[in-house]
Amino acid sequence: MVYLTRKAEFSASHYYHNPDFTAEENQRIFGKCNNPNGHGHNYTLEVTVKGEVDPGSGFVVDLKQLKETMSKEVLEALDHRFLNKEVTEFFTRIPTTENLAIAIWQRLEPKLKAAQLHRVRVYETPDLFVDFYGEA
Amino acid sequence: MKAYLTRRYMFSASHRLHSDAMSDAENAATYGKCNNPFGHGHNYTLEVTVSGPVDAATGMVCNLTDLDDFVNVEILERFDHQNLNTLGEFATAVPTTENLCVAVYDILQRGFDHAHLEKVRFEETMMNSFEYWGENRVIE
Repeated sequence: MVYLTRKAEFSASHYYHNPDFTAEENQRIFGKCNNPNGHGHNYTLEVTVKGEVDPGSGFVVDLKQLKETMSKEVLEALDHRFLNKEVTEFFTRIPTTENLAIAIWQRLEPKLKAAQLHRVRVYETPDLFVDFYGEA
Repeated sequence: MKAYLTRRYMFSASHRLHSDAMSDAENAATYGKCNNPFGHGHNYTLEVTVSGPVDAATGMVCNLTDLDDFVNVEILERFDHQNLNTLGEFATAVPTTENLCVAVYDILQRGFDHAHLEKVRFEETMMNSFEYWGENRVIE
């Protein structure tokens, strides 16, 4: 089994707000992230796939196909967007880095052909990242 | 949905690697430059990884402010700009980065209860790093 990781970057804005919480609770739990005008990040995405190395091509996965899938399914949907207002997953879910990793997994997993998705890692800043392995 | 959240922190500290159980010659042979009696320092990068189900109401594994507050008070304020050899954790243990991992893991494991502690990772320099997952973890 060999693991292959491809990186990509996107920039997006978001804010954290739960309509079931009071204004005071939202402020206490989410702090600066509760500003309804939003704020932004340069996100770094790492997608790791795993598989056996094909003896013919020497590839775990066709990198071009992986890059195209990441571009089409993730970057085109998220890059330079206001996540809460423009990306359907976040109409009902709070666009934390945790939920972003899960949403990216759910977008990619059914579209990847040869390789098996192993991990989605999303850096919100260089000092904060979330890993999702598809675990329930 | 279970997710893993990792936060990075930095602090600077000095240490000297020296074991009272060894002779001076053995210490010099084992620890080399790190055995310099005056000590030396590093800018340490600490990575703390916690895990848990993503809370449906908050979208979080745990609130970062809880993790930051705990690490600031219990680790950074105690370790930053200190000589590690003078701290209680290293009264008997040599302050290698391996033992630093274990000491910080133990502090988090004892006191941080907002998420499950997975791993502590230290970068001592850009060229080396150390991880501790607790005693029971078997890495595949």
